[in-house]
Amino acid sequence: MAEFEPVLLRRIAKKASPWLDAYRADGGYRALQKALEEMSPGQVVDAVKASGLRGRGGAGFPTGLKWTFLPKDHPGPIYMCINADESEPCTFNNRILMEEDPHQVLEGIILSCYATRAATAYLYLRYEYGRGYRVLQRAIDELYGHNLLGRNILGKDFHLDIFLHRGAGAYICGEETGLIESLEGKRAWPRIKPPFPAVEGAFRKPTVVNNIETVACVTHIIDRGVEWFKSMGVPPDPKNPRDAGSYGPKLYCISGHVNNPCCVELPMGITLRDLVNEHGGGVWKGRKAKGAIPGGISMGIMTEAEFDTPLDFAGPGKVGCLGLGTAAVTVFDEETSIVDVLHNICRFFSHESCGQCTPCREGTGWMLKIAERLRRGQGRLEDLKILEEVGDKIGIMPGTTICGLADGAGWPVKNAIRKFRPEFERYIRSAEKSSLLELVGGH
Amino acid sequence: MSSVLTDELRQKILAYVPRYPSKQAVTLPALHIVQDALRCVPLEAIREIADLLDLSPAEVHDTMSFYGIFRDKEHPLGKTRLWVCRSLACGLRGGDELLDTVCKKLKVHPGGTSDDGKITVEFAECIGACEGAPAVLIDDEARLNLTPDKVDALLEELRR
Repeated sequence: MAEFEPVLLRRIAKKASPWLDAYRADGGYRALQKALEEMSPGQVVDAVKASGLRGRGGAGFPTGLKWTFLPKDHPGPIYMCINADESEPCTFNNRILMEEDPHQVLEGIILSCYATRAATAYLYLRYEYGRGYRVLQRAIDELYGHNLLGRNILGKDFHLDIFLHRGAGAYICGEETGLIESLEGKRAWPRIKPPFPAVEGAFRKPTVVNNIETVACVTHIIDRGVEWFKSMGVPPDPKNPRDAGSYGPKLYCISGHVNNPCCVELPMGITLRDLVNEHGGGVWKGRKAKGAIPGGISMGIMTEAEFDTPLDFAGPGKVGCLGLGTAAVTVFDEETSIVDVLHNICRFFSHESCGQCTPCREGTGWMLKIAERLRRGQGRLEDLKILEEVGDKIGIMPGTTICGLADGAGWPVKNAIRKFRPEFERYIRSAEKSSLLELVGGH
Repeated sequence: MSSVLTDELRQKILAYVPRYPSKQAVTLPALHIVQDALRCVPLEAIREIADLLDLSPAEVHDTMSFYGIFRDKEHPLGKTRLWVCRSLACGLRGGDELLDTVCKKLKVHPGGTSDDGKITVEFAECIGACEGAPAVLIDDEARLNLTPDKVDALLEELRR
């Protein structure tokens, strides 16, 4: 393969200025100009559809197809919600894009709004990203001053406002209908679907919800073309008619027990092992890995023996994980207790379950209680069975909850038990205790 | 009757109204504006926000109490809120130990405020700064690679 040149991180890698003049000097807003002058909104949708771009936020739904679910000839308003709630543990690629190259993101939003005929975009930004908030607001102000936002953008019959909307520290707001409820000023309880947001979303109007990295890809698809985008990544499996392929560049986050935690852009499909060794600097302290989470904690856990799995949309599922998720890899080394990993994950989901659906509210709480019991040296062998049972029974997939938070809460638990059972059994039999137990605030 | 919200705060809140097709959507911006200024959201402020946005105080309170970020009058924030991340990427690199160190030095439990009122300590779920684990948030700005040996200097800085 020819040497891959980053596109999404191109300006960030050379530490280019984030502001408008510098972005334009680097070819910025060329794609927007081209779309407004040469393409109809429908042609932009067609290009994105043809590129095979799939949403980068976690679910991997084809972006162009999502856009076509908007009702035809709707009198409006149609809303664009940009999901910058990035709260999946171990994920920080959107933060880097927003903080370091805000105009790349904003150009993608403007293009996506042109394609979907949205005249208002709400960028829902998690509260914790204060720096990103201030950078984006300054960049948006620049755009209003240069006729790239507001009325008659670049002299065309195209009007758009972008508003930043800050969250308030709730993971569930990353779920698209939870985000919409939160935007509307309510508690972020996900909605039962259908109706899907494309039909009835924000303020009961047709709405598209897209992730930051996804819209950044739109800019480059329009600028460089569909063929460029499809020249990298993994084509669909011909034996699987439902596989939409994994085209394009992807931002991978690497963290945990590696020498060089970082965010790196690569063509889709690198194996977890190559990612860790070639880009993460290998496992720290000369140790071996015990396992890793492949795409945020809700995607489950891979053992070291599974590290040759390609990180494309189809790969993690082949080793029992939920999916690619956010492509955020966190490695834990051979000296890490799997019970501590399990406890950390259960604690997160118990804290972040929104409480709307009983199996998730109660299930995440019970999984945490059992994990706590294990790490106190009071676990029983039947606890492993109970954890598996709860993990299997909560979520959209078994059909017991409204949103996917519960699937994500159950998946790492059942992966942990099934893939590391001997370690759990040894821990229980020897009544081992966690070294983190006595820390203040550790519960 | 005197009002908790100054004219300036009211104007700041009302400036958000034209952005949305419903006034209720201004709830989160309003709560942030009030808490930034008062370090908490007192019950009287909830009533006044509700008045401004044509809502029931119960609706504002319902939203406020869903999100972990807002404080009532009995639990106001100190001058700075220091969040210590404890999610997996930070946890693997000493986030739990960091939280323990900070709490012991300030003699507080997570959620508490130091005696001098300067620093409120909280645990945070993943703050998205995993390349610099362990990481903390100082109000809403991340500080990366905050190993325990840097804690004294940080607390000193926040007490100034």
